Amino acid sequence: MLIRRAADLRSSEITPESRYIDRREFLVAAGAAGVVAAFGPAGHAPAAQEPQATGKPYGLQKDDKPTPWDDVTGHNNFYEFGSGKGDPKDNAQAFRTRPWTVTVDGLVNKPAQYQLEDFITPSTLEDRIYRHRCVEAWSMVIPWRGFPLADVLRRADPASKARYVTFTTLYDPKQMPGQRTSMLPWPYVEGLRLDEAMHPLTLMTVGVYGRTLPNQNGAPLRLVVPWKYGFKGIKSIVRIQLTDSQPRNTWNISAPSEYGFYSNVNPEVDHPRWSQASERRIGEFLRRKTLMFNGYADQVASLYAGMDLRTNY
Amino acid sequence: MRWRAFHDRVRAVREPRWFSPVLLTASCIPALVAIAGMASDILAHTRYFGSDPVKEGEHFLGEWTLRFLALTLCVTPLRQLLGWNWLAKHRRTLGLFAFATLTFHWLTYALLDVQLDWGDLLKDLMKRPYIMIGMAALVLMLALALTSTRDSIRRLGGRRWNQLHALIYVICVLGVIHFWMAVKKDISDPVMYAAIFTALFAYRVWRWRVRRSGGHVA
Repeated sequence: MLIRRAADLRSSEITPESRYIDRREFLVAAGAAGVVAAFGPAGHAPAAQEPQATGKPYGLQKDDKPTPWDDVTGHNNFYEFGSGKGDPKDNAQAFRTRPWTVTVDGLVNKPAQYQLEDFITPSTLEDRIYRHRCVEAWSMVIPWRGFPLADVLRRADPASKARYVTFTTLYDPKQMPGQRTSMLPWPYVEGLRLDEAMHPLTLMTVGVYGRTLPNQNGAPLRLVVPWKYGFKGIKSIVRIQLTDSQPRNTWNISAPSEYGFYSNVNPEVDHPRWSQASERRIGEFLRRKTLMFNGYADQVASLYAGMDLRTNY
Repeated sequence: MRWRAFHDRVRAVREPRWFSPVLLTASCIPALVAIAGMASDILAHTRYFGSDPVKEGEHFLGEWTLRFLALTLCVTPLRQLLGWNWLAKHRRTLGLFAFATLTFHWLTYALLDVQLDWGDLLKDLMKRPYIMIGMAALVLMLALALTSTRDSIRRLGGRRWNQLHALIYVICVLGVIHFWMAVKKDISDPVMYAAIFTALFAYRVWRWRVRRSGGHVA
């Protein structure tokens, strides 16, 4: 747990209150101080201190080293804030992540609207180091902090008809300049089959490198599904809905011949325009061979037994 | 009459002595920046080209190829509109820099990106249209580079040489299509280059039509 005393902070490091969170929101957040304190400073790393990766490695090979903080927080696909890799970091600094409401509804017996702190508090936060593979054929190793999505779903008590989980990102073009363009159909939507959502690896993520998730990484709440391409990891989630029909996820709507629903990392099924057989690990020069299910085959292959992964891409 | 006087003054401007050396030096900068930036990022773990320097460098060199192509196509219109005949000799310089930048772009792809995996390279070429289109542009540009000498003009004869070098228009189109197909989603940059080349082509179509109808062009 990383708690810094006021004396440790240079005034230049303190995010101006007006930009981060206004006074009333601050008081509400301070009321849940125990939870807030556990997160540490709002993800802004001073140049002098390289954050240490703590956490249990999941599915890592011997040569998988955690990707440096500057890359994890500076090389992002978050088109709501611009299509360049550096745009989210540049444009998301003023994004307001408190107060934040998460709605859990649809085919559940206990639908509810949660304030973010109430959504997180019942669970125990874990630090997990996962591999991360983007569909663009680059990859990272990231120490996420979060709790299993299964916790949320069990609490909501899915109805017997529920088959899929649909996630929705905040829609706020005033704060998210990319949403003023028609680059993608907004708001961003993603989905999982219920068994994928209940899988122990599927993570509701609220932090990285032991700190609060920076805005450009999908604050305050994002999904991490390490055996799928990164675009399944929907960011800044406001709604989790259980349905009985497979949802159309945003990239599938936008380019159906290129992006599917399952999007499992698969070196044998190429993207129509580029190969998925290898990947560039950010920070390394030599390319790596891509692993089936991104190295999580032992844990997840059984979910897809008998499925044709070429047609179900 | 004031416009006439201004027009004549502009046409009378002679080539500044610094023009050639400055053009030459400036044209070397993009490739040098790309090589230095990528080398620093890969070897010294800096981030001049961000977190994925090979991809960024590849993209940077590709865009500069398109820019040099556009500049090359600007020479004739400027020469014709401003009467600066001294510009003509710089067209070849710019064209060759376009070729050199394209070569570095391809070398970045072959050596640093695909890393000389000939199997992958061949597979990419055969299965991926945008790579095929890029290679076609490269081969055509190579043909133009090899025949860019005065000796070539002499041997081919002026008419044949002009016909061959009209391939530059094909190269520009192939380049824009290659860029368009390589981008994941945000096509705003390829669209911009398409607009620029359309304007440069439109000028030539206009002049051809005026000349054909017997009109007078300066």
